[in-house]
Amino acid sequence: MLRRYYKRMSLVRAFELRANEMYARAKIGGYCHLNLGEEATVVGLTAALEDRDYLYTTYRDHGYAIMRGMDPSAVMAELFGKATGVVGGWGGSMHMFDMEKRMLGGYGIVGGQIPPATGAAFAVKYRSDAGPKSEAVMCLLGDGTTNIGAFHESLNLAGLWDLPIVYVIINNGLGMATTVERASAEPDLYKRGCAYRIEGVRVDGDDPVVVRDAARVALRAAREERRPSILELMSYRLKGHSVVDPGRYRSQEDTAEARANDPVPAFRDKLITKGILTEADADDIDAQAEIRVTEAVTFADESPDPGIDTLFNGVYASPVANLPWQLPGQPVVAS
Amino acid sequence: MSTTNRVITYRQALNETLRAELERDENVFLIGEEIGVFDGSYKITAGLLADFGPKRVVDTPIAEEGFVGTAIGAAMLGLRPVVEIMTLNFSLVAIDQIVNHAAKMHAMFGQQVKVPLVIRFPGGGGQQLAATHSQNLEVWYAHIPGLKVLAPSTPAEAKAMLTAAIRDDDPVIFLENLALYNIKGEVPDGEQIAEIGKAAVVKPGSDLTIVSYSRGMVTALHVAEEFEERGVSIEVVDLRSLRPLDRETICASVRKTSRAVIFEDDMLSYGIGAEISATIGEGAFDYLDAPVRRVAASEVPLPYAKPLELAAMPSAADLVRVVEETLDSTRFMK
Amino acid sequence: MAEVTMPRLSDTMEEGELTQWLKQVGDPVGKGDVLALIETDKATMDLESFESGVLEKQLVAEGTVVPIGQAVAIIGDGSSIGTEPEPVVESESIAEDAPDAPESPPGEKLDSAEGEKTESKLEPAAPESTTVETSSGADKLRMSPLARKLARDNNIDVSAVKGTGPQGRIIRADIDAAVEAKGPARNTTATVTAPGAEPESDSGKGIDPGADSTSGSETVPLNRIRKVTARRLSESQAVPHFFLTNVVDVERLLALRAEVNRGLAGRGMKVSLNDFIIKAIATALRQHPDVNVSWNDDSILRHRRINVGVAVATDAGLLVPVVADADSKTLSEIGAQVVELAGKARDGTLSLDQMSGGTFSVSNLGMFGIDEFTAMINPPEAGILAVGAASPMLMLREGKPVEVSQMKITMTVDHRALDGATAAAFLRDVKGILEEPLQILV
Repeated sequence: MLRRYYKRMSLVRAFELRANEMYARAKIGGYCHLNLGEEATVVGLTAALEDRDYLYTTYRDHGYAIMRGMDPSAVMAELFGKATGVVGGWGGSMHMFDMEKRMLGGYGIVGGQIPPATGAAFAVKYRSDAGPKSEAVMCLLGDGTTNIGAFHESLNLAGLWDLPIVYVIINNGLGMATTVERASAEPDLYKRGCAYRIEGVRVDGDDPVVVRDAARVALRAAREERRPSILELMSYRLKGHSVVDPGRYRSQEDTAEARANDPVPAFRDKLITKGILTEADADDIDAQAEIRVTEAVTFADESPDPGIDTLFNGVYASPVANLPWQLPGQPVVAS
Repeated sequence: MSTTNRVITYRQALNETLRAELERDENVFLIGEEIGVFDGSYKITAGLLADFGPKRVVDTPIAEEGFVGTAIGAAMLGLRPVVEIMTLNFSLVAIDQIVNHAAKMHAMFGQQVKVPLVIRFPGGGGQQLAATHSQNLEVWYAHIPGLKVLAPSTPAEAKAMLTAAIRDDDPVIFLENLALYNIKGEVPDGEQIAEIGKAAVVKPGSDLTIVSYSRGMVTALHVAEEFEERGVSIEVVDLRSLRPLDRETICASVRKTSRAVIFEDDMLSYGIGAEISATIGEGAFDYLDAPVRRVAASEVPLPYAKPLELAAMPSAADLVRVVEETLDSTRFMK
Repeated sequence: MAEVTMPRLSDTMEEGELTQWLKQVGDPVGKGDVLALIETDKATMDLESFESGVLEKQLVAEGTVVPIGQAVAIIGDGSSIGTEPEPVVESESIAEDAPDAPESPPGEKLDSAEGEKTESKLEPAAPESTTVETSSGADKLRMSPLARKLARDNNIDVSAVKGTGPQGRIIRADIDAAVEAKGPARNTTATVTAPGAEPESDSGKGIDPGADSTSGSETVPLNRIRKVTARRLSESQAVPHFFLTNVVDVERLLALRAEVNRGLAGRGMKVSLNDFIIKAIATALRQHPDVNVSWNDDSILRHRRINVGVAVATDAGLLVPVVADADSKTLSEIGAQVVELAGKARDGTLSLDQMSGGTFSVSNLGMFGIDEFTAMINPPEAGILAVGAASPMLMLREGKPVEVSQMKITMTVDHRALDGATAAAFLRDVKGILEEPLQILV
């Protein structure tokens, strides 16, 4: 099973590195935020989630999407903006979504996912009873997000109404260029739920097993007791905020520390030390990951763009009269 | 099918519709501030908590961003929330969830998810509530693709439109008005479902078109009656739906009458009337005998003092005067 | 062997300057190693290698600005070091001190780029084309879109049409008039819409005027005024009326009028008999507020203001413009206003405001030699006074025959709003004021 976790971490690492390259090659446009350095958290959290649970993430969502069971080729196609992308080219990097796999996005607005995640928990409570078979909701957010109003309003509602939700704060020390100390009056972020009587724990985010176990505890509390909680995962951001950020605001030491604590080689070394993997095994896993990612790129490259004739298809779910149909400059009324 | 009509208030029509939908579909629930124990700050939800219980009628803390977003999340999972925001003014607190999330999720997530949400609130001023409590900003929402925006002007419309909104799978902004809650009108019994996206010619006429919506309709019809006495036949168009907008009905009317005046409660610049005017200018250009005129509110934060408030808000007298000016500019009486 | 291209490092980046090579030709390169520094529009970024191998060629010099996607280096196994450099794609380049790397030939490129620039000077601006190709002077014509369309449909030369809309705008009414002036029989294909005719669902098919020419009579389409008048008079028929007549001795009135006009001659003004009558009515209405009323279905509306409507005959039909607040206006003011209103009525330029708000009306057919007549009520007013001609009559005064000028006035009354006694008292006072006209002045 640990082998499986390494395989997953390796895949996420390979995918994100390749996404970085693809952005530099202008195959990916807009913003592109990578899970580099976060792989242990990605794998650990998704290992804890049941298929029936709902996951809401930030815009740093590629790894979570893949680990939630979405096809890496379709994720890459979405990054390339192709019709075969997970949301048909309509969302891009920040808006990965799969209803069936219960990956409910991918959100560009910082903190925007928190109220809807809280609402999903509300719906779970509305239509089912507490118990080990109940669904639960996991909502990821960054350290900087703990300061936005939506965080506080949502946590208050969750605490007040006993909602089955786990708020996971991925603390990589930086909100873009702003450190936690410069942004949060209470930098021990796991404590920030106390105003809402929501308990929090702080956990090392660099070991997938540790992350998984902590997440399982929190999810069980949500499922069986309808008790919301906070899980703060201490993690690292290996590079910049996104692919266009060279991270010059970080000190040499800070960057060096991040590199030294890189969870992927650390986990690899640990497994080799424990004899679960050999070097050759690990290399093989890494090579397989590369191949898989190359497949994804090829698929994305060869996929078609979405047709312009589909531009107005997604605006409304229910058909409606007089849907505005104009491309720029087209007449206001059909003659 | 024969229907009987009862004369009830706009408020009663809303209350009855909420009740009927709560009974019909257990996925429907109400959420908002003071809608339960207090029976609703404008008593629209009176009696519903008592009959349906706190699971279906949810009182919230003062947290518009939070509870509107919660409603969105619940809708994503298939529930059908009807959110009450106390007035349009407070919806601004939740605008990120409404505009960036509810409106966009269906498209942005590849049509995999629906947000069958209704957000209802009253707009309007005139009760000396001062600037932050008196706004008509519905045009902000009318501007956003992915939202549907409805504005019923009578109790019958309120019933039919609210029913349609709740059954629709998209986020619907449902614009009420403080001055409309007490108006009375005939409401047919039985299920009534309005068609979203259509305007209506509420009073046919031949000499001039007045376009209005929501509270403005009361004034528009009143003024049209006055002009009828004076031998002028005014056609009154009720927009009913601000998004989508029924441009064809508006243009067809002006092609017939050659004169148009828009009566709106919101402010002049960049308002609802600006869109109507541009639509007429393009869609009925060859049929205009006079420029399209707008009667709208003055662009000031609305003052508390009654004479100032009255002066700033568009009135029947203003509408009459502008209609006369339009008729005169075309030498109507010759 | 792999090409290293200029990467896209921000969403707004289109080109980057390679400011410094950090690896030289022959250096080993691992995946992820930084090859060079790139200056973009936003920051200085690292050019990372996605391949491992040996840096075989540096294709651009330090300081070169390179568009995204263009090759900047070659990474291979080391065997191709020292061979000819690949040709550089056209770009603006600034030559700085060249390191070991082969230099792209910037000098030539710059010249040719400059040369291109000098060649592609802008053509001198083309002479300004005329903007609107309508008939001469048409760009000064103001026309409503509807007028323009109707003119087009009816082959009207707009330069010959006088615009009577605001600021001289040609409006539909002007085109309609031009069409009528042209003569109805000539237009067979165009849709002729008579002014004021009720438009139907498409924009106004009027009645074809030539239709009845075989029977010897011509159908004259109704203009708006006649239509409205007809409708209102039909309404008026439904009102329960009664009539009161009085004979007024106008000797003193005629004398006073002559004297007043002598006084006004210096100011170029005069007042008519009708102006006195309007004033008298207004004065009497002030004394009889329950005559200044309207029937309102289930109530009677008592009007505060006294607005007297004055019937004016025009070619287009009967119009009744209103002299507002006639009780507080002087005779000369009334006179001037009536002249103005009558003029506007004939021109067809009365505003809606000037046509509405009347509380009592007066109609004078005296100039047509009519002795007496009954006028029809102008709903929703409660009364109207019909005035006949002033004629010399033979009367007996103290047993002796004398010639006296007399005038018959007949009041039509809405019986729902006024009863006989009230109306009679009013009419008696009107007569009284006209016979002792100095009362008007007080």
